[in-house]
Amino acid sequence: MDAPVTRSTASLIPSPEGAGRPNYTLRQKTSDSGEIAGDLLEVSMGPQHPSTHGVFRMDVVLDGERVVKLKPVFGYLHRNHEKIAEDTTYLGSMPYTDRLDYFCSLTNNWAYALAVEKLAGLQAPERAEYIRVITAELTRLVNHTCLVGFLLQDMGASGTPLMYAFREREKVLDLFESLTGARMMCNYMRFGGCRCDLPPGWLEAARQVVDSYPRFLDEFERLLSENEILIARTQGVGVLPGDLAVNASISGPMLRASGVNYDIRKVDKYGIYDRFPFRVPLGEHGDTYDRYTVRVLEMRESVGILEQALRDIPPGPIMDPKSKIRGFRPKPGEAYGRIEGPKGELGFYLISDGGPNPYRYRVRPPSFINLTILEDMCLGHMVADVVVILGSVDIVLGEVDR
Amino acid sequence: MLGEGIIKGLAETARNFIGSYVDEERLTTVQYPEERLPAKEAARNFPFLVFDGTDAHAGLRCVACQICEKECPPQCIYIEKSKDKKPDYVGKAQFYPAVFDIDTSVCMSCQICVEVCPFDAIKMDTEFELSNTDRFGGLLFDKHRLARSNEYYHRIHPTEAAEVDSHLATEKAKIEAKTKADAEAKARAAAAKAAAPPTPKPAPAAASH
Repeated sequence: MDAPVTRSTASLIPSPEGAGRPNYTLRQKTSDSGEIAGDLLEVSMGPQHPSTHGVFRMDVVLDGERVVKLKPVFGYLHRNHEKIAEDTTYLGSMPYTDRLDYFCSLTNNWAYALAVEKLAGLQAPERAEYIRVITAELTRLVNHTCLVGFLLQDMGASGTPLMYAFREREKVLDLFESLTGARMMCNYMRFGGCRCDLPPGWLEAARQVVDSYPRFLDEFERLLSENEILIARTQGVGVLPGDLAVNASISGPMLRASGVNYDIRKVDKYGIYDRFPFRVPLGEHGDTYDRYTVRVLEMRESVGILEQALRDIPPGPIMDPKSKIRGFRPKPGEAYGRIEGPKGELGFYLISDGGPNPYRYRVRPPSFINLTILEDMCLGHMVADVVVILGSVDIVLGEVDR
Repeated sequence: MLGEGIIKGLAETARNFIGSYVDEERLTTVQYPEERLPAKEAARNFPFLVFDGTDAHAGLRCVACQICEKECPPQCIYIEKSKDKKPDYVGKAQFYPAVFDIDTSVCMSCQICVEVCPFDAIKMDTEFELSNTDRFGGLLFDKHRLARSNEYYHRIHPTEAAEVDSHLATEKAKIEAKTKADAEAKARAAAAKAAAPPTPKPAPAAASH
């Protein structure tokens, strides 16, 4: 007889009645006479599926076109980053952090530098802190712009939004290249500061990009936010209630889209974020549309932070004089440095035994942990919605698998 | 009205499409490889070895100290130290790399070799068209392929190269001043020794000290 589907994670996460749980029951399967009627179908989506943003596989059990069960399978891009980092010098791991979430190498750099600075007792000078805020917020712009483009691409709007997003991203990547030498694998931050000072004329170029960004966001929103197809595909799809999100340690824009006011820039005030007044956009429903809107609003707040930081940046040194490149050995101890990355809480946990390389090195990757709740968001939805929900989680497989 | 949002969005697309005919700003792509964007001064792609003057062997700054080999995160550098020595830019006899190989297929252009090098001998190139039909030998660059003149370095990274040159010049001046002072001190000591009456033999107490 009809029996309600139990969720695999239901015992883990107590949630209020009906919240996040699709309210439907399975049709009766194979009848007693052996006639095949509405059999469950197991589909392996990925690892080469274009919508999975890389090599990621979902084992989906389908009833017709509705998802009954979903198991994320990852590890195809596992590169042993954490173990390699335990064998490499502290500085040697810095370029590898670029390759975690390859859209936001500068925020990855910052999180790692923050952890090592805590470990070694270094303090970045004020100018370096400003440069860090500027590059991190530019990274946030890049990440959210691309995410929206990819999300629309997953929804079937192939081309236009993604190309518009990439056009804007390229301007920011040009800034990164003239500052750090590389567009994506920046490897820019160092323990106690930044590698090199801003080149002449960089601030003006950055100001131009930042000033033109709201115009692009307006254009983007005119293109998308009121689009009926987008609304029909995203509103009410993949609802993630706030308490479930908190219990599953979701972080970043995904958590805020569920209405939980938690932004590490506000909570920890790491770096110099206490100097910048900005608002934290929150969603109401926790659906895919809210996750989209929160990101667009966050970009506008980032533009505000950038304008202020580019105005106030002081002259001065960019490296802590105590820091050194060769023979860097922090004293024994442990440290956890975390920042609000574009995807969520990005943390690095390090234990030092006084040697040239960390004794233990662990990354808290936001997109990996945000992915764990995928099944609960997808149950009861169509296969095509799974693609959209996965797009709105904002994963990068380099970071999920490490 | 249903569909209003879509029409608004399509108007935006049309504006971009028509705009690309009238506004140069909206044409963001170039026809590579016929057209190229100028390289950024900070751009980095693959390391090279700097030599001063015209002779790649005599002017090579690298002294085969192997620091970059140890610090390279993916360990793509292989160095063999020479048996003999050659004079470096201040005239001091130094080892040089008998073998200096970098594997292009492993290098990740992170610039850490440049940062750790105490001799300003290895720098980052901006050349990015490194594709090769030979999978093994062609991707392993030896020191002859890696050696580039200081003029080339000045051409691709003018600001940085000027800084390096002035730094090296001060170092050289410092060392020359020091050797000169040392030589003078030695000469003075020798002169003093020659002037002083010869001591018969050192006292045992002084020897134990």
